[in-house]
Amino acid sequence: MSILVNKDTKVIVQGFTGKEGTFHAEQCLEYGTQIVGGVTPNKGGQEHLGKPVFNTVAEAVATTGATVSMIFVPPAFVADAVMEAAVSGIELAVVITEGAPVRDMQAAKACATKNGMMTIGPNCPGVITAEECKIGIMPGSIFKKGSVGLISKSGTLTYEGANQVCNEGYGITTAVGIGGDPIIGLSYKQLLQMFEEDPETEAIVMIGEIGGDLEIQAATYIKENISKPVVAFIAGQTAPAGKRMGHAGAIISGSAGTAKEKMDALEEAGVKVVVSPAEIGKAVKEVLG
Amino acid sequence: MNIHEYQAKQIFAKYGVPTPKGIIANTPNQAATNASELGGDVWVVKAQIHAGGRGLGGGVKLAKSIDEVRELATEILGMTLVTHQTGPEGKLVQKVYIEEGADIVDELYLSVVLDRAAEMPIIMASTEGGMDIETVAEETPEKIIKIAVDPAFGFQGYHGRELVFGLGITDKKEQAKMIKFAKAVYTVYMENDAEMIEINPLIKTVSGDFMALDGKMGFDDSALGRHPDIEDMRDISEEDPDERDASRYGLSYIALDGEIGCMVNGAGLAMGTMDTINYMGGTPANFLDVGGTANAETVAKGFEIILKNPNVKAIFVNIFGGIVRCDRIANGILEATKLVDVNVPVIVRLDGTNAPEAAEILRNANIDNVIAATDLGDGAAKAVAAAKGA
Repeated sequence: MSILVNKDTKVIVQGFTGKEGTFHAEQCLEYGTQIVGGVTPNKGGQEHLGKPVFNTVAEAVATTGATVSMIFVPPAFVADAVMEAAVSGIELAVVITEGAPVRDMQAAKACATKNGMMTIGPNCPGVITAEECKIGIMPGSIFKKGSVGLISKSGTLTYEGANQVCNEGYGITTAVGIGGDPIIGLSYKQLLQMFEEDPETEAIVMIGEIGGDLEIQAATYIKENISKPVVAFIAGQTAPAGKRMGHAGAIISGSAGTAKEKMDALEEAGVKVVVSPAEIGKAVKEVLG
Repeated sequence: MNIHEYQAKQIFAKYGVPTPKGIIANTPNQAATNASELGGDVWVVKAQIHAGGRGLGGGVKLAKSIDEVRELATEILGMTLVTHQTGPEGKLVQKVYIEEGADIVDELYLSVVLDRAAEMPIIMASTEGGMDIETVAEETPEKIIKIAVDPAFGFQGYHGRELVFGLGITDKKEQAKMIKFAKAVYTVYMENDAEMIEINPLIKTVSGDFMALDGKMGFDDSALGRHPDIEDMRDISEEDPDERDASRYGLSYIALDGEIGCMVNGAGLAMGTMDTINYMGGTPANFLDVGGTANAETVAKGFEIILKNPNVKAIFVNIFGGIVRCDRIANGILEATKLVDVNVPVIVRLDGTNAPEAAEILRNANIDNVIAATDLGDGAAKAVAAAKGA
């Protein structure tokens, strides 16, 4: 078991024939991911990386039975791509592209929710179920199969955390990079619940950052709903307080989004909080005994 | 990206958000000419910098004659204004905005920002205008009204009614004016991909009109591509020259006051590296994210920017290669040592994609002050030790 994706998951790539799409789709195929085709408008009928190219997501889904789409289209076309996936029967869209306008993502997320599609990202490394299915841009080789679930806002801290967990001999069930943009798809809360219900996951690593209040919400959720041990790191304890123009952003959430505030809330919820990412592996060993 | 008050007011005017009349000036004489052109007998001379709290810092002053406008402009232009939002180093004032005086009977507050939890814009308003809104939120949170507007359906009548009843506006004409005002501000926010708009104070005049006496606007950088008119408003003198230089090479750089220079890929790992240095008893000299497309040239540029800071006693290069290939970084380090005089110890930790090739490249080059580290903890410890020994 694992969460979200596994060796049987059928994946299409939107932006399949572009430079980024091609490079990473190839890496995913090499990892063993079942990429069954891709979408590039006006290239329908061609073949790319040995897989069929379609003009629309609807055609790709009808022909291949894909349930997941990995999105590599340029930033200005991300909302369009997510919405097309949502109305075409895709169940999960993994948006790798960085730099999509916030207003676009707001609309895309609303459309996805309305159509019952989950999204991951944007601006994230993707999702990987160790040794089964990689949908994203992470270096696959560091993710060994094991018993720890990982959720992270930051791409490279996902790799750092997973690497340490594997070096301690535990391995990963599924790792999800949720991205740190103002509007994101799946967040800590939903993923914590999935890991709680996954029989193979024995502990959860949660990596956050300064800004926003998702980690505070996660702390509340963990306290009431999560029985498995959780290890957390919040990046940005030493980041200088930004020279902001206005303060309205912090007021709506009622939280300044500092690392300390988040670390305190998580600790209070019974989470093992580490002050340096270099301690993640050791902390996992500690909570799993 | 942020813009100045006078630029925000230009945008407001286009959308029918009422503002006092004003003209921007770069010199005291121009300020005086502007005042005569505006007419009247009271003017406000306002320093234009990208920070709030200008009034308290002495950057906003009232003048009762043309001569006084010239005197105040002379005083304010060229001053380094320190406010609670500029940091202790302050900001140099290079422009003043000359505005007609207004007869104020009441000061309100209005802003539009994204509510990340609700995933839609929220209009915030308060009767406590002119005060720092953070203080209001802390001391009298019940005096802040929050109204979420779903962009799929737009600003409706009930949003407006919630606003005017919340602000205690009972006069029907005033209600209509305030609703029109708020709807226009919401439209400015949506149509320009703003990140935030803050009007503090929003004043009521003797004649019962509402006006934006101040205006702050920030924009979503990812959307600037479709707003060339706003991109044109960028004031590069408000940006740190090193940060700007770095961004031209795809690097994200922020100077700090410690001793260990950091070069890391990814913002999260970069912050985590700073946290680890701090945890091990050292102090980071900067935040530097080399991004996903680092090559020899960008790495060399990174070294150059880090070494401009005379406080740097050691450099910690911490790369976990996903998209960034470690062999490219290793070549970049070699290249950098040829282009830049790297006179401090460089601790290098390269992990992930092509890490073994990278280790081989560095080993073969055999450079004196390059020290290899096995992991994040080891690298940070070596960097802290090197900085203390230097």
